[in-house]
Amino acid sequence: MNDMTPSREQREAALEGMGCKRKRVEDIRFTQGKGKYVDDIKMPGMLHGDFVRSPYAHAKVTKIDATEALKIPGVIAVLTAEDLKGVNLAWMPTLAGDVQMVLADGKVLYQNQEVAFVVAEDRYIADDAIQLIEVEYEELPVLVDPFKSMDPDAPVLRPDLEGKMEGAHGPRKHHNHIFNWSVGDEDATDKAFAEAEVTVKEMISYHRTHPSPLETCQCLASMDKVNGELTLYGTFQAPHVIRTVASLLSTIPEHKIHVIAPDVGGGFGNKVGAYPGYICSIVASIVTGQPVKWVEDRMENLSTTSFARDYHMTTEIAAKKDGTVTGLKVHVLGDHGGFDACADPSKWPAGFFNIVTGSYDFPVAHLSVDGVYTNKAPGGVAYRCSFRVTEAAYCIERGMDVLAQKLGMDPADLRLKNFIKAEQFPYNSALGWEYDSGDYHTAMHKAMDAIDYRGLREEQKAKQEAFKRGETREIMGIGVCFFTEIVGAGPSKNCDILGVAMFDSAEIRIHPTGSVISRMGSKSQGQGHETTWAQIIATEIGIPAADIMVEEGDTDTAPYGLGTYGSRSTPVAGAAIALAARKIRAKAQMIAAHMLEVSEFDLEWDIDGFQVKGNPEARKSMKEIAWAAYNAPPPGIEPGLEAVSYYDPPNMTYPFGAYFCVMDIDVDTGVAKTRRFYALDDCGTRINPMIIEGQVHGGLTEAFAIAMGQEISYDEMGNVMGASFMDFFLPTAVETPHWETDHTVTPSPHHPIGAKGVGESPNVGGVPAFSNAVNDAFGFLGSTHIQMPHDAWRVWQVAKNLGAHG
Amino acid sequence: MSEIEQIPVTMTVNGKKVQRFVEPRTLLIHFLREDLNLTGPHIGCETSHCGACTVDMNGMSVKSCTLFAAQANNAELTTIEGMANADGTLSALQEGFRQMHGLQCGFCTPGMITRAHTLLQENPDPTEEEIRFGIAGNLCRCTGYQNIVKAIQYAAAKLNGRDYQEAAE
Repeated sequence: MNDMTPSREQREAALEGMGCKRKRVEDIRFTQGKGKYVDDIKMPGMLHGDFVRSPYAHAKVTKIDATEALKIPGVIAVLTAEDLKGVNLAWMPTLAGDVQMVLADGKVLYQNQEVAFVVAEDRYIADDAIQLIEVEYEELPVLVDPFKSMDPDAPVLRPDLEGKMEGAHGPRKHHNHIFNWSVGDEDATDKAFAEAEVTVKEMISYHRTHPSPLETCQCLASMDKVNGELTLYGTFQAPHVIRTVASLLSTIPEHKIHVIAPDVGGGFGNKVGAYPGYICSIVASIVTGQPVKWVEDRMENLSTTSFARDYHMTTEIAAKKDGTVTGLKVHVLGDHGGFDACADPSKWPAGFFNIVTGSYDFPVAHLSVDGVYTNKAPGGVAYRCSFRVTEAAYCIERGMDVLAQKLGMDPADLRLKNFIKAEQFPYNSALGWEYDSGDYHTAMHKAMDAIDYRGLREEQKAKQEAFKRGETREIMGIGVCFFTEIVGAGPSKNCDILGVAMFDSAEIRIHPTGSVISRMGSKSQGQGHETTWAQIIATEIGIPAADIMVEEGDTDTAPYGLGTYGSRSTPVAGAAIALAARKIRAKAQMIAAHMLEVSEFDLEWDIDGFQVKGNPEARKSMKEIAWAAYNAPPPGIEPGLEAVSYYDPPNMTYPFGAYFCVMDIDVDTGVAKTRRFYALDDCGTRINPMIIEGQVHGGLTEAFAIAMGQEISYDEMGNVMGASFMDFFLPTAVETPHWETDHTVTPSPHHPIGAKGVGESPNVGGVPAFSNAVNDAFGFLGSTHIQMPHDAWRVWQVAKNLGAHG
Repeated sequence: MSEIEQIPVTMTVNGKKVQRFVEPRTLLIHFLREDLNLTGPHIGCETSHCGACTVDMNGMSVKSCTLFAAQANNAELTTIEGMANADGTLSALQEGFRQMHGLQCGFCTPGMITRAHTLLQENPDPTEEEIRFGIAGNLCRCTGYQNIVKAIQYAAAKLNGRDYQEAAE
C-alpha cells in the first residue's frame, strides 16, 4: 500500500451511507426553482378544467343549464353526471368499499361538492363559464352532528343505499350507519371493569382537520386516441395504485396508461386517494382529444379533498388503586361525511385504531367503532399518521392523564408503572398486534432526565400556589406523551388496497463503470428518498451514494409499489432496497471470487468491495466487479449486475417516543406559550439523522397546529368554516415553537436494516403532548378534560368557566 | 361575454427586458409562470397567505398571486430563477438552505428564498426573532421553520464574512 491508498475510514466516509447526515440531492434543483411539479407541465393544446360546486350542504339538484356558459369563446365543454353516466363514471369506488359521486347525481351531500366540470382554453375562461352555469337546487334538511346521524328521524343522506342493510364491513343498523367494527374480548373487559378498584370515563374528541400540503391536488390527463394510450401526470402519493384504478375504471389496458407523479409539494395523506378532478380530467381528455389540466385552489382543497380525524372516542380505563391498569374500553363514533372515502387498507374500516392500548400492558381491552354519514366532505385520510393511529394515540395518552388525575398520581409515573417491559417483546397486545421491539423505560427515563421533569413539577407546584395567592395570572402545564406507532403497512396477510397487497419494491441496476440507477415503488413528497435510498444502497453494495441515481413515480419505469404514506416507505420499500442490494452483492461475490481466483467462501465483504480473508490487500472493489460483471463474468454466469426485490413485510414496525411539552398560559388572554418542547424518538436504525430530525420538526409543527387551533368546522347549515388560510390555522415561523430532538435506537428485529420509519411519529406524539400540557395546566382548577383545538379563545373560555377570571 | 382587450406590459425580469400583451386581469404569477415559463414561483393559496409565489419587485417582496401583471408594468422583478450567482453557482442563501436542511418538499422554497433575499437587503444581519418575523408571510408545511432560520443565518454570516458553525438539526 502506498500513502495514496485511502484508509478504511476514508473509504467508508466516501460512500455517504447509512447513518450519515448526507446533504440532499433534491435541493440542487429545488433551491433554484427547477423542481418539476404538476402545474409546471404544459402540453400542446392543453385545456383547463374547473368545477361548479354546490353552495348547499344537502340539496336536490333539479336542473343544470350551461347554455350561456357554452357561448363564451374558449369554453369547450361542460360535463355533468349525465355525461359521465355514458361512460359509467358518474360514481366511483372509494378505498373504503363505498361509492362516491364524481359529479352530483341528482343531489349533493356537502358544501362545495362537485356539480359540473367546465373545460376551457384557459383557467380564466373556465372561471368565467362557472359564473354563467345555472344550477337549481332544492334544499334538504342538513345533518351536521354525527351524534344525531342515527336518530330515528334523521334525514336519509344516501338514497342509493336505501334498504341495503349490509355494507362493505358488515351489517348496517340505520340508513346513515356505515359500519361497526369491534375488536377484543368484550366479556373479559366487562369483568375487569366490574372488578376494578378505580375506573375513569371520558368522551375525548379529535376534531376534523385537513393535511393541507402547500401544493394542492392536481393532474394533467392526455388521451392519445390514435394509440389508445392515456398519460396522467398527478400529485400522487401512490401512482401505481392510481394506474390500476384508472385501468379498472376506464377499461384502458394497464400497460397503455402512463401515470407519472413528478415532484410533489407535500402530501401528508391528502394525495393518496382518487378524486373527482382526476376522473373528470381523464374523461374530458377522452372526449376532447386534448390534454386537460385540473388544479385545485386552496378553498377546494380544504373543503373537499380528504379531511382527517373527526373521531369521537368514549374512553374508559379500569385500574387498581396503585395505578396498575386492568382494562380498556373504547367506543368511537367516526364522522365520515357524505361518502366513506377513508384511505385505509381494505379490511380495516377504522384503520389500525386498535393500537389504542398504546405503550401499556393492558391485560384485556375492547374496542367498538361506528362509522356514520353526515353532510360533510368525504375523506378520513391519515394526515401524517398511519391509518387512525394518531387518533388512537391521542385517545390513550389523554385517557392515561385522566386516570392519573383521578388517582392523584404523577402522569409520568403512571406511564412508567404500566409500560410494556423490554423483556416482554415481541409483545402481543390485547387488541391483536404483535409489537416488534421496544425499550420504553429507557426512553422515558432519558427524556425525563433531559428536561429535569421532577424540577419542572416543583416549579409548577410553586406557580400554582402563587396563582392561588393572586400573585400571578399565569399557569403552567407539563404535557407528557409516550406513544407507540404502528407503521409499515403491510403484510399481505392482512393489508391490501382494493385487493392489491401492500408490498413494495426496488430495482437496482449497476452500470459497467460502477454507477447506479435505482427505482422504487414508493414516491417522495418531500421525504428525500433520492438522498436516503441511495444511502441504503451505498452501505449495502459499497458504491458512493453520489454515484447512485434514485427515480420514483413513473409507472412505466418504476417497479410496482403501493406508494408513500403511513410511514411505510422505509419499513417496506426500504427493506426491498436492502434485499435487492444484497442480491447484487451475492452475485458480486461470485464474480470477485473468479477475479481473485479463490473460492467465494474465502472472501469477506469490507466497506466497498470483497477481500480475501486474512489477506486484505487481495481485494476487488465493487467498481472493478461491476466492469467484470458485464465484460468478464465467470463461466456459466450471465453477464450484468442488477436485481429487483418485492418485499412483503412479515409484520408492521412499532416506532415509539417520549415527548414533553412545557407551556405557560395567561388565563386572562387564553394565550398559551410553549416554553419548551422535547421530542425523543426511537425509529430503530437511523438512515440519515439530518432528515429524521427535519421530519420531526415538521411533524411537530403540524401537531402544534392541530392541537392549538387548526380545524375544519361546520355551522348548523353545513357551511364549512375553515376553508381558507384566513381561518385554517397554519403556523408561521413566529408562532412555531423551538424544537429539541433526541433519540434512542431499538432496531426492528424483522426488518433487514432494522429501520422502523419516523415521518409520522411527531404528528402522532405531538398532538397529545400539546393537549396534555393545556389540560395539565388547568387540572388543579378542577377540569378533567378540555376538547381540542386549544386556540386562545377556547382556552380563555375554559379559564372563565373554571372561575379563573375571579 | 366579449373578448377581453389586451394591454401591453413591459418589465425587467431577472435582468432581462420583457414585453408582452396581457389581459388586464392576468395575475402576475400566471404571467410569470405561463407567459415567461418561470415556474419557480408557485401557487399555494391565491389569497396572499402562503407566500409560495413571492417575488422581489423593485426591492420589495410581493405576493405575485394578488398583483396584476399590469401592476408590474415598468418594474424590476427578481424571481428564484434570478437568485444564483452570476457564475451559475448557488448563492449564499441557496447554499444555506441546502447545508442547513431548510427545505423538504421544495414547494415553498422558491418563495422562501426570494423573501429571505429581500429580508437580507433590508436587514443584513438579522437576529433569530427578526428572521422569524421577516419570513412570517411565507408558510412552510414540512420543516417547522427551525432549519430555515438557520439557513438564513448561514447566509447572513457568509455575506458578512463570518463562518456559520451551527449544524443542521
